Formats: sequence, C-alpha cells, structure tokens
Amino acid sequence: MIKRRDFLRLVGVGGGAVFASGLAGRTLGATGDGYGSNEFYFVQLSDTHWGYKGPANPEAANTLKLAVATVNALATPPDFIIFTGDLTHTTDDAAERRRRLTEFRTIVAELKVKNVRYMPGEHDASLDNGAAYKELFGETHYSFDHKGVHFIALDNVSDPGARIGEAQLEWLKADLEKQKQDAPIVVLTHRPLFDLAPQWDWATRDGAKAIELLMPYKNVTVFYGHIHQEHHHTTGHIVHHSAKSLVFPLPAPGSQEKRTPLPWDAAMPYKGLGFREVEAEVDKINYKLAEYPVSKAG
Amino acid sequence: MKSKPTLAMLLMGLTGALLGTAVGGTASAEQEQIVRMTARRFEFSPATIVVKKGQPVVLEITSYDFVHGFNVPDLKLRADLPPGKVTAVRFVPDRVGSFPFVCDNFCGAGHEEMHGSIEVKG
Repeated sequence: MIKRRDFLRLVGVGGGAVFASGLAGRTLGATGDGYGSNEFYFVQLSDTHWGYKGPANPEAANTLKLAVATVNALATPPDFIIFTGDLTHTTDDAAERRRRLTEFRTIVAELKVKNVRYMPGEHDASLDNGAAYKELFGETHYSFDHKGVHFIALDNVSDPGARIGEAQLEWLKADLEKQKQDAPIVVLTHRPLFDLAPQWDWATRDGAKAIELLMPYKNVTVFYGHIHQEHHHTTGHIVHHSAKSLVFPLPAPGSQEKRTPLPWDAAMPYKGLGFREVEAEVDKINYKLAEYPVSKAG
Repeated sequence: MKSKPTLAMLLMGLTGALLGTAVGGTASAEQEQIVRMTARRFEFSPATIVVKKGQPVVLEITSYDFVHGFNVPDLKLRADLPPGKVTAVRFVPDRVGSFPFVCDNFCGAGHEEMHGSIEVKG
C-alpha cells in the first residue's frame, strides 16, 4: 500500500500543486500511514453548481460524479470532507432549487467518507434566505472540533446582500471566546471575508467585522470558495485560501471588465477545475495544501 | 417578488434609455448632473454613465423587480434599490476615470451580468 506521504509526493509531481501555509520549513514526523498522532487531512470541494447547463462546461452533468470517484480513489481516506458552497446553480423556481439540492445530496452520498460537512453559497441560499438549504442540509453556520483544531463555518450568503449579520457575528464572538488565543482555528466561508474584488461582488459586506473578531487569535486560517480558482491572501496574520470550482473557472480577480467564465477547452476538458486536500499538522499549526484535478485524466 | 412597473416607472425608464450613455448633461439650478437609471433583472440601463469631473451628480435609480444593489467600490458609493421608488445617489466626481459598478444584492441566474461603469470626463 502506498503510504500517505508517498502519495502526496506523487501527486505533487504528477500534476497537483502543493502549497504550504503556516510555519514553513518544518518536517513531518510521520508514522503508520504517514501521520503523527496530531496530523490529519481533509478535502475541500467547492462550487459544484449542480444544475448548471451552458457552454462553459458541457460536461457539467458528469463533473461532480467524476470528482466523487476521484475522492473515493484517494489512497488514504480523508478524515472529513467540506463543501464550501454553491452546491447547486441558482434558479428562481423554488421547487427546482429543492430538486437540485436533493440530486446533489444523492450524488455525494456516494462518497465513501461519511463525515461530510456542507455550507451554502449564494446560488443555493440567497433567493430564499437559505430556507431550502436548511431543510435539506441543516444549519448554515456552525462550529466543530477535530483533533485539536476548531473549525467555524460562517454563512455570508443567506443574506442576498452578502452580510454575515449582527446575530451571527454575536454568535461568532461567543464561539471564539471559548477558545484560547493560540488555538488553531480554521474558518470556512463561501465568499471571501476581505474585499478581494468588490467590483465583481467578490467580498462580504461586513467581512471586516468577522476579521476584527478573529484578529486576536494567533492561528487563524480561512478556506473559502466563490471565485472558482485558487487564490492566497493575508489580512494581518490571517491567511485566506480560495478553492477551485467543479463547474467552470473564472478569470483572475479584477483582471477584465466582466467576470465571465473561462471558455471550455475541448482539448483539455476540466482544465482549471479540481479540489483540494488540506493536511493539518496540529502541533506545528501548519497546513499543507495539495490541489487535485477532477479526475486522473483531468 | 416580481411587481408590475407603473406608468411613471416606465416613463422614467424610457427617459433613461433615450438618454443613452451621455446622460450627464441635465443640470439643475445648482448645476447638478441628473442621471436617470433603471435596474431590473439583470441589467442597469443605461449601463454606462458619463459625467463631468467636479460637477455634482445625482443618480436617480428606479428598480422594477428586486431590491437590487448599486455599488461603485472605487467611489465608495452604494445603495439598496427598493422596487417601486426612486433612489437618489449623490456624489461629486473628483477624478477622471472609469469606475465600474455592480449589483451587489444577489438577484438570480444573471446576477453576475448586472454591472456597468461611470465614466468621469475632465
């Protein structure tokens, strides 16, 4: 059996990309399948937009299924999987929205790993303030702990104006007050919390308030979606990583007038799409990111 | 959420459309440049606003069908646009340039297409 460490290395050489976040230059004390006692990894998938039909991805009906198969084929299963929003493509029809969310849930039920966390994107939740999403997936913001890391999922999409809102900010404040200031904290959101490209609506209107609440904590990393591409940014000591999409890539932030999808390349289907592994070294408060294509052929 | 446009709203929209992109020429006694705009899923009309630097501007925006957002990040201007009423956005353009605006209240499948620009001329 290929050890986890070797598998990551192979992926790094064979088309994936590895990005180290946190303390650089440390080495791993791997044991067993490649992990020390305070190490684990999770998978981030984002912006699957189930229900999209258009030229930017003529294979949209298959892309999510391929990604599920690729995740299932990982040599070592992740501890858990997180979908950071836009599970479905938006529709004005409330019944169709529920149908798409239900179909999405059926497809991802094929994931072998059963510890799966979800979050809404604006396409899922903004037109009904998250009503259909909540019926099928539960709360839109929550926190949980995993092997010493405190995870916080923030909802910045159920308000069509991209506000987290005062009530949720109060909840965040209370949740953070239970943490030590040096605790490893991972925040999960759909939209960027900072003003990445507000002229493209790539921002959270009150994201600065969330960042202000997070600033006293020394070890905060944010993983988000929305922008359909990998992007890395820091606000003070807080690191923000966006994920690729599983439907179509978008242009670099603010690089052109319109945020139109990048065209589908028939010679290289699924180009620019993929998902991410995040390998956590809890003791060192270090996260290693590895980017994967949709499928081995992708 | 959809509401039928009133006659007044239609006339207002027609006025804005007829003015095209060069809509900044109407001046009040205070020399304000008054620009009438409409917002509906999924477009602003006109989508290009031309105004003169240094002269106060009033954007009178009527939304037909949704509480669209009007956000001009580079000019630090934003407003919600409740349907059925005119929302006035006032500013004084203090520099020449092209300043994109966007609907920043998610309004549906074409939301990403709903944008435009303010062109400030010297």
